[in-house]
Amino acid sequence: MAEINLRNVVKRYPDGALAVDNLNLDIADGEFIILVGPSGCGKSTTLNMVAGLEDITEGELIIDGKVVNDKAPKDRDIAMVFQSYALYPHMTVGDNMGFPLMLAGVDKATIKKKVGDAAEMLELTQHLDRKPANLSGGQRQRVAMGRAIVRSPKAFLMDEPLSNLDAKLRVQMRTQVSRIQKTLGTTTLYVTHDQTEAMTLGDRVVVMRGGIVQQVGSPTELYDSPRNLFVAGFIGSPSMNFLPAEIKGDHLVSALGEAAMPDHVRQAVHGQASGSGVILGLRPEHFEDARLVGDKPGATFTAQIDIVESMGSDIYAYFSVQGSKGAQSAELDEIARDAGQDMSAMGEEITARLDAGARVQSGSPATLWYDTSKLHVFDAETGQNLTLGAGAQLAV
Amino acid sequence: MSTAVETPRRKLAWSGANLIVLVYAFIPVLWIVSLSLKDTGTLNDGKFWPSSPTRDSYSQIFNNPDFLRALVNSIGICAIATVCALVFGTMAAYAIARLEFPGKRLIVGVSLLIAMFPQIALVTPLFKIETAIGIFDTWLGLIIPYITFALPLAIYTLSAFFREIPWELEKAAKMDGATPFQAFRRVITPLAMPGVFTTAILVFIACWNDFLFALSLTSTSRSRTVPAALSYFQGATTFEVPTGPIAAAAVVITVPIVIFVLFFQRRIVAGLTSGAVKG
Ligand SMILES: Nc1ncnc2c1ncn2[C@@H]1O[C@H](COP(=O)(O)OP(=O)(O)O)[C@@H](O)[C@H]1O
Ligand SMILES: [Mg+2]
Repeated sequence: MAEINLRNVVKRYPDGALAVDNLNLDIADGEFIILVGPSGCGKSTTLNMVAGLEDITEGELIIDGKVVNDKAPKDRDIAMVFQSYALYPHMTVGDNMGFPLMLAGVDKATIKKKVGDAAEMLELTQHLDRKPANLSGGQRQRVAMGRAIVRSPKAFLMDEPLSNLDAKLRVQMRTQVSRIQKTLGTTTLYVTHDQTEAMTLGDRVVVMRGGIVQQVGSPTELYDSPRNLFVAGFIGSPSMNFLPAEIKGDHLVSALGEAAMPDHVRQAVHGQASGSGVILGLRPEHFEDARLVGDKPGATFTAQIDIVESMGSDIYAYFSVQGSKGAQSAELDEIARDAGQDMSAMGEEITARLDAGARVQSGSPATLWYDTSKLHVFDAETGQNLTLGAGAQLAV
Repeated sequence: MSTAVETPRRKLAWSGANLIVLVYAFIPVLWIVSLSLKDTGTLNDGKFWPSSPTRDSYSQIFNNPDFLRALVNSIGICAIATVCALVFGTMAAYAIARLEFPGKRLIVGVSLLIAMFPQIALVTPLFKIETAIGIFDTWLGLIIPYITFALPLAIYTLSAFFREIPWELEKAAKMDGATPFQAFRRVITPLAMPGVFTTAILVFIACWNDFLFALSLTSTSRSRTVPAALSYFQGATTFEVPTGPIAAAAVVITVPIVIFVLFFQRRIVAGLTSGAVKG
């Protein structure tokens, strides 16, 4: 178990590609940290640098207080689980799991015992004598986990360990990974491109984009106070709705009509010139059927509902809004491309999650309310979240 | 043979075609076997099957010390050359398949050049060099050129096999605490074994069949290999061509090849790497 610190870490590949730029991260002992971001944002590169499989171009990697930049992987005492599992095909499951111990010169009896313990934990006991080729995907995944567990390393590194499993197995294994990590209390750095995995597994989540850390925080922090457009759009499913808007005095004018700004929003956008463009961010659950709301502060509008999906516990209503005026954000377009999520039609397509009692019908207009106190306002130019306290924006 | 109505005809056609190819390939082999079993009287009777098979030719060659010596030379020289070519070839191929280093292209290019180089052009210079440094007519004098010409072959086949082995296995081994050598020995080598055996067969056969160097870089039975020794066989009289013994010797030297191939073939198990990666 160990503390891991990354100080101003930069990775430039020999071909000149800047994969990770000035990354700073302090991982506490026993913490479960998730690196999340779209494909190609430098997650694997970061992990491989911690592992020692890639050189660090600039900066320092500190494990347990010692700079280990120049140490070989085997001297770092870190275990890794690969996306492809990377099991040794010529060895049995037992030998695969015992391989790190064998290399460390542990005696046979101890190896047998430790492998047995790990196999029990992972429900692999009856498969110990089989070859990886004869195992199912889920079993292979567990063997890969087992190989990491047996030698009780200082830290686990996992690179999208669940992404080769089918959806159902992935959810099962997700809880198992979480359970194992809690039981062992081993510092874990886990890479995924799946925001659901990130939100459910991590103590803290690091959101990356284009080699740059966007925000580090607990899942709730990221969800409630995203620092910029990218984090706001990436975290949460269905993702946050974005609408270009204009500031007019005390009001925000967007495709949802005019809304009076609550105090904190007004203060946040205080510096912005009247008439300047911003982007509104509204989570789907902050909409509601206007009839159910009573006189809670907020704003209402009427929209033609396109599709209604009832989930039993709540209702998803999809509608589009016209005449979106105000800022068009190049940033927004770029993020949409980056995230590759359903942010593609941002500014027009809106998703709202309504109470099960909402009376909305597809094809009919409905009057909806939205919670202006939960509103996020982003700078159209920089993508920064203006509604966060100024202090929060500076602390990187 | 069993399933559809239409297939028997096509099956028959294919079987016929296969048969023709097999006959074409095996008639000379059978012819040699037949010749080796004929006695001097019926040698030239033009019949395909020997009318009165004898073991005379075989006992003759096995009583011939030059032939026995040549057999020992062949086996020894080819085995040593094969082992050396494999050891160096494995290391070179591994580096070429896995590492980026300056001059990699050059090495690949040069080894290809060597493989294509007409060997006959080298005979005279090699002869001069070997006599000058005193390894003419020694095992070493043959082993060195054999290794030289076997290496490109070995490097090419082996690097193709190494490329098939998932990179991540090596990374996994490193993470599991292996030194680069341990990773190579415990993970890469076992997986590369089918490739190593295939290469061993190819290299061994190439050396075993060599006639040119064997003939021109030796002068006595001290290091002459079988293909060269055959050409020095003498009949009972000076005017008699020893066709029978030559045929018998030709049969004898194909046997090790067959054994070698059968022995290693069982280890060339395809798909050994399956199950390494992905679900
Ligand atoms: N070996 C390499 N050489 C050059 N560029 C690379 C190499 N590996 C990755 N990259 C680049 O670095 C960036 C980050 O890659 P990676 O860390 O694999 O992303 P992720 O794991 O987040 O999908 C990508 O743009 C990728 O093209
Ligand atoms: Mg990756």
